[in-house]
Amino acid sequence: MTADSQWPLWEVFTQGSKGLPFAHAGSVHAVDAENALLNARDVYARRGEAVNLWVVPSSAIVASAPSDAGPFFDPGNDKAYRHPQFYKAPRGVVVF
Amino acid sequence: MANTTTLPQDDPALVAAFEARIAAGESIEPKDWMPERYRRQLTRMMSQHAHSEIVGMLPEGNWITRAPSLRRKLSLLAKVQDEAGHGLYIYCGTETLGVDRHDLVNQLLDGKAKYSSIFNYPTLSFSDVGVIGWLVDGAAIVNQTILAKTSYGPYARAMIRICKEENFHKRQGFELCAHLAKGTPAQQAMVQESLNRFWWPSLMMLGPSDTDSPNSGELLRWKIKRKTNDELRQRFVNLTVPQVQALGLTLPDPDLTFDEATGNWTFGEIDWDEFKQVISGNGPCNHERLAARRKAHTEGEWVRAAATAYASKRKTAGTEAA
Amino acid sequence: MTRPSVAGDRTSGAPNPLVDYLLRVADDRLVLGHRLSEWCGHGPILEEDIALSNMALDLIGAASALLALAGTVEEKGRDADALAYFRDETAYRNALLVEQPNGDFAVTIVRQFLFDAYSVLQLDALSRCGHADLAAIAAKSLKEDKYHLRHSSDWMLKLGDGTPESHERTQRALDTLWRYTDELFVKDAVDHATAALGVSIDLDAIRAQWHQLVTDVVGRATLTLPTSTVRAAGGRVGRHTEHLGHMLAEMQIVARSHPGATW
Repeated sequence: MTADSQWPLWEVFTQGSKGLPFAHAGSVHAVDAENALLNARDVYARRGEAVNLWVVPSSAIVASAPSDAGPFFDPGNDKAYRHPQFYKAPRGVVVF
Repeated sequence: MANTTTLPQDDPALVAAFEARIAAGESIEPKDWMPERYRRQLTRMMSQHAHSEIVGMLPEGNWITRAPSLRRKLSLLAKVQDEAGHGLYIYCGTETLGVDRHDLVNQLLDGKAKYSSIFNYPTLSFSDVGVIGWLVDGAAIVNQTILAKTSYGPYARAMIRICKEENFHKRQGFELCAHLAKGTPAQQAMVQESLNRFWWPSLMMLGPSDTDSPNSGELLRWKIKRKTNDELRQRFVNLTVPQVQALGLTLPDPDLTFDEATGNWTFGEIDWDEFKQVISGNGPCNHERLAARRKAHTEGEWVRAAATAYASKRKTAGTEAA
Repeated sequence: MTRPSVAGDRTSGAPNPLVDYLLRVADDRLVLGHRLSEWCGHGPILEEDIALSNMALDLIGAASALLALAGTVEEKGRDADALAYFRDETAYRNALLVEQPNGDFAVTIVRQFLFDAYSVLQLDALSRCGHADLAAIAAKSLKEDKYHLRHSSDWMLKLGDGTPESHERTQRALDTLWRYTDELFVKDAVDHATAALGVSIDLDAIRAQWHQLVTDVVGRATLTLPTSTVRAAGGRVGRHTEHLGHMLAEMQIVARSHPGATW
């Protein structure tokens, strides 16, 4: 006999309206995908906050570690050539 | 096996770096390094909060089947459902600290975990529902808007979501009390009687006096807690007394007076003996509250097992088919 | 001297069949919603507490709209609250199925599934009926009830094909509740009268579709479809089981203790 449990943890991502990015809303406990979708909808979307849902077993999420922070993210901050403001358009020219 | 009364010493350099982050107002996330004591304080505080939401469903839930109008029935059911949701958000936040909800639930049911004292009082008339929404959710909001700025990311985010929903609860409760205060003589008497019963327990809800609160100092330094109990209590009283006056009701405190100099409503002595009795398991309803939760949990075991078995059969079937 | 006749009619007539019809649709949802609300704070797991409350809210919300409509059509000054809180059980028109007590979670799920399967078909038909207000309420509720059916079907599978204990409890629930299902599809004088008003749904077709859906889910849940032909009916004309009286006593007590008060 299996030990009693509160079921595995799933992470829930909601899309506020069509075209917007999905954002992490929180977690729910569920036994399978269908259960997770229904639970996520009842917990995170019952006030009409979402038009779309993703649910993912928490164990499937791979996260960057805090110790990665320096090598992973800092070098991105000082490379101005990756940002539009680095580039000056000639006066009077409409770029977009 | 680690001694349960002392914790392994955290590396002082790491602690210093951590405290600098806190002082700078940074948010701590689940995978960040944190002192073991911070993790434990947070786990205790968050799980207590979650337990309170769940147990808190029972006093008001007691009146769902007797709500005297369809609108009140829908409102009350939605409110209690929200409380379940709040418990869920905070349990999930607590789980990011490395604990399983199964263990948290067992701690509550074994009587090892605390939850808010206010829920150990019975609801004896329908107007109690209004008074609870007004005072108890009111006190909770005072506490929670501050908590939305707590240092631990998952807790702060759960609190922001909760605060949005909590505002509807307080307004709903106050609106019911206002309606009753202008209703039939029987309704007016009903709401005044509810207020008389719930006023002092609501004040106690904000926690023991600062002089009696051993955890506060540390919690404040780590920005888990942002204001002291007494500060929150005074704020709650100052907000609520004018509301009571507006409804033409009274509070069961002959010492309640307005201090022009400080702008505070000074109030009478709280019966801390009653508070100690209630939080140590001897309140009017402690037994019934836990008994109800244990019953639900025990009777639900075969259901949880069925879902688990069903899913596991499908997983096995999946791998065999592969 | 003539004496008053002692020979009365067999049944109390329905003075306004459309009102009666609306009460049937409304009372099904009010009673079932109330039953589901009894689970709040007592569910088998937190997520399910939220799910059951959601369904209760949807059903009670639909009932409120339908009762309000019934009161308007009746033109006797009764609003939704007057109908919900001040009618005795013999004036209630819900099917017997929905007033059955919650029992354990299996009874609740089976009761829900059997009703949901009927409701989506009934509301789908009503959303296209000749009464505009009723059609509008039906269309909105249909979306909600489709979701309920998804939830209750999923649980039928999980309980039927879960553990031996869950299978046994669910089979027992199905065997016990089966007798109440026939009533959902029986046409009577009220149905015939409302057909003339453009409110008519093909109950025979709905019965067949319902049977097909139920057979499919029951089969996939490894359960056995009951073969008993015992039928229990009477709810549609106010002849309820003893359960409804107790439920209404609890539901109505506060309202009835303060006649004339508003809440």
